[in-house]
Amino acid sequence: MSLNVTSHVLVTAYAKRPKNPLGDNLPPMINKFFASAEAALADVPDGATVMIGGFGNAGMPAALIDCLIAQGAKELTVVNNNAGNADAGLAALIGAGRVRKIICSFPRQTDSWHFDKLYRAGKIALELVPQGTLAERIRAAGAGIGAFFTPTAFGTKLAEGKETRHIDGRDYVLEYPIHADYALIKADRADRWGNLAYRKTARNFGPIMASAAKCTVAQVRETVELGELDPELVVTPGIFVKRVVKLH
Amino acid sequence: MKKLDRHQIAARVARDIPEGAYVNLGIGLPTLVANHVPKDREIVLHSENGILGLGPKPVPGTEDDDLIDAGKSHATALPGASYFHHADSFGMIRGRHIDICVLGAFQVSATGDIANWHTGEPDAIPAVGGAMDLAAGAKQVFVTMEHLTKKGESKLVERCSYPLTGLGCVTRVYTDLAVIDIKADGLHLVEICAEGLGFEELQKLNGVPLKFKAAA
Repeated sequence: MSLNVTSHVLVTAYAKRPKNPLGDNLPPMINKFFASAEAALADVPDGATVMIGGFGNAGMPAALIDCLIAQGAKELTVVNNNAGNADAGLAALIGAGRVRKIICSFPRQTDSWHFDKLYRAGKIALELVPQGTLAERIRAAGAGIGAFFTPTAFGTKLAEGKETRHIDGRDYVLEYPIHADYALIKADRADRWGNLAYRKTARNFGPIMASAAKCTVAQVRETVELGELDPELVVTPGIFVKRVVKLH
Repeated sequence: MKKLDRHQIAARVARDIPEGAYVNLGIGLPTLVANHVPKDREIVLHSENGILGLGPKPVPGTEDDDLIDAGKSHATALPGASYFHHADSFGMIRGRHIDICVLGAFQVSATGDIANWHTGEPDAIPAVGGAMDLAAGAKQVFVTMEHLTKKGESKLVERCSYPLTGLGCVTRVYTDLAVIDIKADGLHLVEICAEGLGFEELQKLNGVPLKFKAAA
């Protein structure tokens, strides 16, 4: 949403937001809480690039993924560390045939049968990226970096065809950012400004994906009043988050 | 000849991890190293999914799905632990802040190249995870592996035939037969671990010439 809209448009667009307690004639207040996952994901189009948080099942926004499956968007490019485990979450999205391409570091697992089957049948494209390079490409997108040189993968198959450079005694590979249309992430607590706090190792890709997508949707365990999250402990500032849904 | 078992190899690695080291342990045999660090020696374990101060496996019944290690097994956090996101975690690795990482391998070359992520078979689904970042970024890369393949071929080789994970990064190799340093001028035998194995026989089994300087 542009900030350069007139106050009339602003009032219309923000109609569902809380009234300003300082007076009815003042603009309504920011409210990123959405009533349901359906509402938060209604506009995901076919062909979208969707980042999905989580490392295995820790931090995976399972309820948002279930909703995305029901929503029906297809031909998706998905960015995640893995390619789904067992039959739920990302594995179910892949199994439903909605994913055209996956960008990840570790697709092959003992329980990645949905991905394995489609990959062997040539029905899903794979861009394999070393895990740290994946994280940094996502971070770079969110931080406005045009490209970066990394020592990881120099001289290996995963650097074939890529530009390299010798800098101060070391060899580096040029890597580009990964931008997304949507990021679906899981956090622990959020306020209506979209400030997020996470829980333990479920944080993983959440903060960087939130920064790299045009529209970040966070699934959270608990919503709290403004001020209840200690500003010192906010991990993802609300500027990176567009929509918050409280889900279990 | 009596070769070391997995636990003995892990215990041998643990001896070389000094007080205060920041250490990343790979999946499989390297994970066992944590069990052999003396209780009075404080080291900090890093797991690339976003934790420093990784503790032992949780007591059954206390598992927390939000607290896992890089192998996606349930884990615990020690007092003093910290959590961070993936880009910071790999910044620690790539930025040369991790003192030692311990990895498994298919092959290691005489110049310290490591191959551990892909067999290269055409129908294999490739998966790399954090192996290339750890190989490129850790200050020291220790490798644990059996010295010989099932066919009796040395896994320490002149040049790796499997796809590479990293170039010139391995500093020390721990096998069921020996501990070997990789230096600019080649392989240096640190010690023979297998009981009843002599230097001549080890040299015959090893694919590459070994240098050995007897202790003065």
